[in-house]
Amino acid sequence: MSKVSTILCLVLILGGAGLLAAGNATGAVPTYAISLVGKYLCYAMLALAVDLVWGFAGILSLGHAAFFALGGYAMGMYLMRQIGTRGVYGNAILPDFMVFLNWKELPWYWHGFDNPLFAILIALAVPGLLAFVFGWFAFRSRVSGVYLSIITQALTYALLLAFFRNDMGFGGNNGLTDFKDIFGFSLQSDGVRRGLLLASAGFLALQLVVARYVVTSRFGKVLIAVRDTESRTRFLGYRPERYKLFVFVLSAVMAGIGGALYVPQVGIINPSEFAPANSIEAVIWVAVGGRGTLVGAILGALLVNAGKTYFTGALPELWLFALGALFILVTLLLPKGILGLFARSTARPAPPVVEPAE
Amino acid sequence: MSTDTLLYLDNVTVSFDGFRALNALSLFLQAGEMRAVIGPNGAGKTTMMDVITGKTRPDEGKVVFGRDTDLTRLDEPAIAALGIGRKFQKPTVFEPHTVWDNLLLALAGDRRPRFTLWARQSSEERDRIEAILRTIRLADHIKRPAGDLSHGQKQWLEIGMLLAQEPQLLLVDEPVAGMTDAETEQTAELLREINKTRSVVVVEHDMHFVRALGVKVTVLHEGSVLSEGSIDHVSNDPRVIEVYLGR
Repeated sequence: MSKVSTILCLVLILGGAGLLAAGNATGAVPTYAISLVGKYLCYAMLALAVDLVWGFAGILSLGHAAFFALGGYAMGMYLMRQIGTRGVYGNAILPDFMVFLNWKELPWYWHGFDNPLFAILIALAVPGLLAFVFGWFAFRSRVSGVYLSIITQALTYALLLAFFRNDMGFGGNNGLTDFKDIFGFSLQSDGVRRGLLLASAGFLALQLVVARYVVTSRFGKVLIAVRDTESRTRFLGYRPERYKLFVFVLSAVMAGIGGALYVPQVGIINPSEFAPANSIEAVIWVAVGGRGTLVGAILGALLVNAGKTYFTGALPELWLFALGALFILVTLLLPKGILGLFARSTARPAPPVVEPAE
Repeated sequence: MSTDTLLYLDNVTVSFDGFRALNALSLFLQAGEMRAVIGPNGAGKTTMMDVITGKTRPDEGKVVFGRDTDLTRLDEPAIAALGIGRKFQKPTVFEPHTVWDNLLLALAGDRRPRFTLWARQSSEERDRIEAILRTIRLADHIKRPAGDLSHGQKQWLEIGMLLAQEPQLLLVDEPVAGMTDAETEQTAELLREINKTRSVVVVEHDMHFVRALGVKVTVLHEGSVLSEGSIDHVSNDPRVIEVYLGR
């Protein structure tokens, strides 16, 4: 069943993105729709990352958007370097915000971002490294459950505050924006927009395949065992902290990739991406789609975000209430999410309970 | 006393907020022996298991396994890797996994993520699982999620998982709690079978079961050994009668 839904999901992601791109090339699909769907696919990567740790390792991360935002910042730094002399101040060395702050030279950590490969490497490495250090301490100290959730929330909040500061050298409150080119091509061109959509679909599909391999492998079976009965796995000789650490780092890297593809499509990255509410929203997407199903996480991210786009247009004052109501209804009526609904209808019915006659 | 000592608890003391769960407990276990440990609630039976398996560190004393390994310096996975398996009082199996996968995860082997990430089930592993399934009589249930098994079947699956670990020493906490009489008898038989190749420590309340095992009995009371010997010896010991059997 889950194999079928995975294949179906892969076909829909790749086929859907391909059709949209083809439609855009012939003029049938507007370009804003291309970028909108591309953005949803990036959110789906974040949701997939959350489901991998929450659904299969029991780590309810309420700070996963931090990894997404860090990947986004790395890509944003590359895009800033691509601006070159076309900024408002026309400074070939310094981005506009640094000129504005009267900085004289480029901070050391901005070096190398002219190179797209370096930027991509950093977009993967920084979320992965942060997750490694965080997870190393948290899992070794056997921090779990609600305490871990609170710490992850604190992590993203700390990053939010840090990135707000102008002194950090990441554009402060305004973040990084006013991008022009990517890989030498104009970000405004339809071709690049289509390319980014297809890249997002491709990476999402790849992540789904990787995540599914991991959770169906023997590693994944141990991981589910750790989720449900951690102490039992220890007495069997497994070290749960190593399993959690691996999957947490993998998940952070997946979220980072999502963030890196997100930034060129929305054209801006600022500290609000670290807002704790963003991470909580990602958890809602997973819960709506179906925790521990991978495909459900993607479905949830796409549906909730499409709904959000619709509601912000149709009921601008009420959309947050609509989102809240959706979450409450799903939790009450569909504890296994939307995908759980399908699983229930296709699974064989439970045998009726028959009391002995005597 | 010519045979080797497999496990030696030397003056082990454990306190929780001033309450002495184990009070200078000393206990020898010979290699190949099966031992029944009985005692009233709070006598320290489960704490003793926790100390041996690394879950609880004693305040004082040593736990020596085999020739000279001090278990109090090791954590749970390291102790499990040395060859000590533990069965919990409440059957603890991996409920979403099938019976087969439960045994697969328990099989002795490489426990590192870098191995399990790429591991493929080998024919040798298949043979070992099938052999265990015959021992624990669950061969007809391999594809069922462990969560769907009856209470007694879960107990056996957990014993099967212990066997799969191929430990030298099995610690079994109340294996027949909640079992029917027939299941209890079969479990006693199963433990005797296991004892042919491995050492076993059984903690149990059920006196009929302990009698059926027919092994040396250690009676714990307030964290130390009250009496030790055959079941007839301890059940005639006036101190035992006073604190435990007499009530």
